[in-house]
Amino acid sequence: MRLDVILRIATKIFLPFIFMFAIYVQLHGDFGPGGGFQAGVILAAGVILYTITFGERKAKEYFPEKLFEIMIPVGVLVFILTGVYSLIHGYNFLDYEAISHHGTHGQHLGVLIVEMGVLITVSGSMVTIFYNFINRD
Amino acid sequence: MILLTLMAIVVIGIIRFKNLFNVIILGSIYSFLMASILLVLDAVDVALTEASVGAGISTVLMLSALYLTKRNENPPIHNQIWPLLIALITGALLVFGTYGMPDFGIINTPIHNHVGGEYIARSISDTGIQNVVTSVLASYRGFDTLGEVTVIFTAAIGIIAILKKTKKKVK
Repeated sequence: MRLDVILRIATKIFLPFIFMFAIYVQLHGDFGPGGGFQAGVILAAGVILYTITFGERKAKEYFPEKLFEIMIPVGVLVFILTGVYSLIHGYNFLDYEAISHHGTHGQHLGVLIVEMGVLITVSGSMVTIFYNFINRD
Repeated sequence: MILLTLMAIVVIGIIRFKNLFNVIILGSIYSFLMASILLVLDAVDVALTEASVGAGISTVLMLSALYLTKRNENPPIHNQIWPLLIALITGALLVFGTYGMPDFGIINTPIHNHVGGEYIARSISDTGIQNVVTSVLASYRGFDTLGEVTVIFTAAIGIIAILKKTKKKVK
């Protein structure tokens, strides 16, 4: 593991771009292909790549297991609370008109928040599943 | 057509190989070919998902699962004639079912005359989102997406419940 110089350098170069691409896919979901699900998976792929190259111990320093475990329910909560927010304001469940009345702003914001919830849950789940697999050996 | 032929070859490879490592890598190749086909069919969102989930994450997860088990497939214990028969019958039924489908790309089919056109026509004025897939997923069908997220949530906590190392009780 210590001797894979090419692998380690390549990972170091690629990793920022992978995370950047995940953020791009997330925020660009309104205009092109992508969204929370794909972005979450790409983000998780970056973390997994780092874990494979640099080993479990170092990866868990930067990407603590607890954080990703907490992310799983937090994402679902973000999604549900968005729905509850519009319920409280007298709209239907997940009706984004409740967030803002200026034309389509509410829809934009609502979709953004909901997609963020999807991203958090998906990346949390994928990384947690991977960590649990490698913890078993 | 070339892509479909390659996929058929990959499937034959998956059946023939006994080494599970090869099978997983071939599965990844299969997913990439599938993503290319979806790209050709202009389903970019689905292609992106297939490439990242099918070829990327699931391959890694399968490999890490393989790490916990043996590398080679065990020889079959039971007679293999019945599974083959069931697979053949199911395949024949599916092929028979495709004869009832409308021709490829034809416009006056139920899926094009129902809500689909409505979504495409109203998406921008309703939501201001250019990508209709996103507006359908997150806005019109937000409830379905919530269900989807809940499925992932459930899968994750299920796997944690099965695999998580718990501290042994000290008596």
